[in-house]
Amino acid sequence: MPLTLDEVKHIAELAKLNLTEEEQARFQKQLSAVLDYAAELRATDTSKVSPTATVLPLRTVLRDDVPHPSLPRDELLKNSAEQEAGCFRVPAVME
Amino acid sequence: MIRELSSHITHHASLNLYVSLHTLTISEAAAKLRAKEISSVELTQAMLKRIEAINPSLNAYLTVTGDVALEQAKKADERIKAGNDSPLSGIPLAIKDVICTKGVQTTAGSKILKGYKPPYNATVIEKLNGAGAVMLGKTNTDEFAMGSSTENSAYGVTHNPWDATRVPGGSSGGSSAAVAAQLALGGLGSDTGGSIRQPASLCGIVGVKTSYGRVSRYGLIAFASSLDQIGVFAHTAEDAALLLSVIAGHDPRDGTSMTTPVPDYVSSLQSDIKGLRIGLPKEYFIEGTQPGVTKAVNEAVNVLKSLGATVREVSLPNTQLALSTYYIIAPAEASANLARFDGVRFGPRADAPTMWDEYRQTRGEGFGAEVKRRVMLGTYALSTGYYDAYYLQAQKVRTLIKDDFDNVFNDVDVIACPASPTTAFKIGEKADDPLAMYLADVFTLPANLAGIAGLSVNCGFDSDGLPVGLQLLSPAFTEDRILRVAHHYQQATEWHKKSPQI
Repeated sequence: MPLTLDEVKHIAELAKLNLTEEEQARFQKQLSAVLDYAAELRATDTSKVSPTATVLPLRTVLRDDVPHPSLPRDELLKNSAEQEAGCFRVPAVME
Repeated sequence: MIRELSSHITHHASLNLYVSLHTLTISEAAAKLRAKEISSVELTQAMLKRIEAINPSLNAYLTVTGDVALEQAKKADERIKAGNDSPLSGIPLAIKDVICTKGVQTTAGSKILKGYKPPYNATVIEKLNGAGAVMLGKTNTDEFAMGSSTENSAYGVTHNPWDATRVPGGSSGGSSAAVAAQLALGGLGSDTGGSIRQPASLCGIVGVKTSYGRVSRYGLIAFASSLDQIGVFAHTAEDAALLLSVIAGHDPRDGTSMTTPVPDYVSSLQSDIKGLRIGLPKEYFIEGTQPGVTKAVNEAVNVLKSLGATVREVSLPNTQLALSTYYIIAPAEASANLARFDGVRFGPRADAPTMWDEYRQTRGEGFGAEVKRRVMLGTYALSTGYYDAYYLQAQKVRTLIKDDFDNVFNDVDVIACPASPTTAFKIGEKADDPLAMYLADVFTLPANLAGIAGLSVNCGFDSDGLPVGLQLLSPAFTEDRILRVAHHYQQATEWHKKSPQI
């Protein structure tokens, strides 16, 4: 079942991706082809199969609750586009 | 006059030394370093010179860290002098640019991380540093390791050293090409769906994908967290064993790294492979695989037989579903992992009046086409109304694929098959057809879904002179087994001694 252009726009919005019109059209075609291919998954009987989220026997590994030094703040801020007063500066969140 | 002449001869001899140092394997170089026949500084300088001469035409390295390398080499020489060395001390290596290196630009092949200098080292880098290894630089990759050719890098394609009009494979094509072209003695890559084994196959070297949980992922820029693993490239299985010995093991900073003891990969190479049970999965010997690939792999299996292994056909019946399963699970995980790239904490930021506009623009401008496609695909597979049909269903089929391997490994010790259905393809050949590109990984993806160990070892060349890779797979945490098989194969053959004319 091919994706509609509206669906492509909706997914792009969920993913917070600006796409050009050309990209929207191209992805509509390409993603539809991949999803068509993946239709074989939906045709597979898995009614008696449980999902594998990880291949490991581990579940929720926690470290000891002991304080330890974090990475230096200045070092972390160095990579950001804008900083102010020891914080990341971002555009207005609310209008 | 005599003095002049002898100085001339010494000079000439050292030139010869420089010319040939790059051809050493890691174990050969380590022996020469320990015997003080060469110094790490000499070796590193020779490699840097070669990189300077050859890298512009290959584009294997994105960043060459000459100063860091020489400093590390000097320290390694001191360690060796003090007798405080390890087998990797002073050995120059190439590091894939998805692995964080403190203070050294780490881009993941993406515009969105241009200029990013990590404030910390990945655990594997700390371990290599601890062993005294030398980092020559950071190597090219498909953007966020998404691709099979390095054509998806924002920093240009890497060329295959065997034929510059062809791709080196991907996504770890930079490390693979660097090792194949002898611009490094070994290297690190990452393998999410084949990104070490497929380029190793296309470049004619050894590439090992470690079992999920074997090597710490701390500091590996995440693509698909339930599949990603760091692994190694080298010319020989023995060298791969040396590298793996250093980077494997539990790391408290990675909750998915296992405490399973690390075997002695090097000494376990020695015992023979008599009686080893090898399975050939019929689903991997199919039409559509290039005849030159099938021929070379079959011949390699005959060599293993002659070394005393027994061979039988086996079946992994759900193989056909692996590609679909992978291309739902990996993009779904990627769409979540890549949500962090929003222009706030790292990378370039688009100039926009509001936060949401800033996110959309930064990501729209910063990500390349393949990353956008996968983020879109993953977002769709996780979205309301489609989660059960795609993501959950893919996780269930993943169980079937994993069960296939569990069943087969009840009957055989190792699976042997092609690493890639084709030899190196032309640059541009599949660039506009995502599905055709995805098929390049059809023989490697299942091992990631099952979390098992895998490697590719060069097993000959096709009629165009392009290398073919034999893939060996074994149960999780048995890297020692496939390394041993590859080692004995290399002892019995000469393919690993061939190098491209550059």
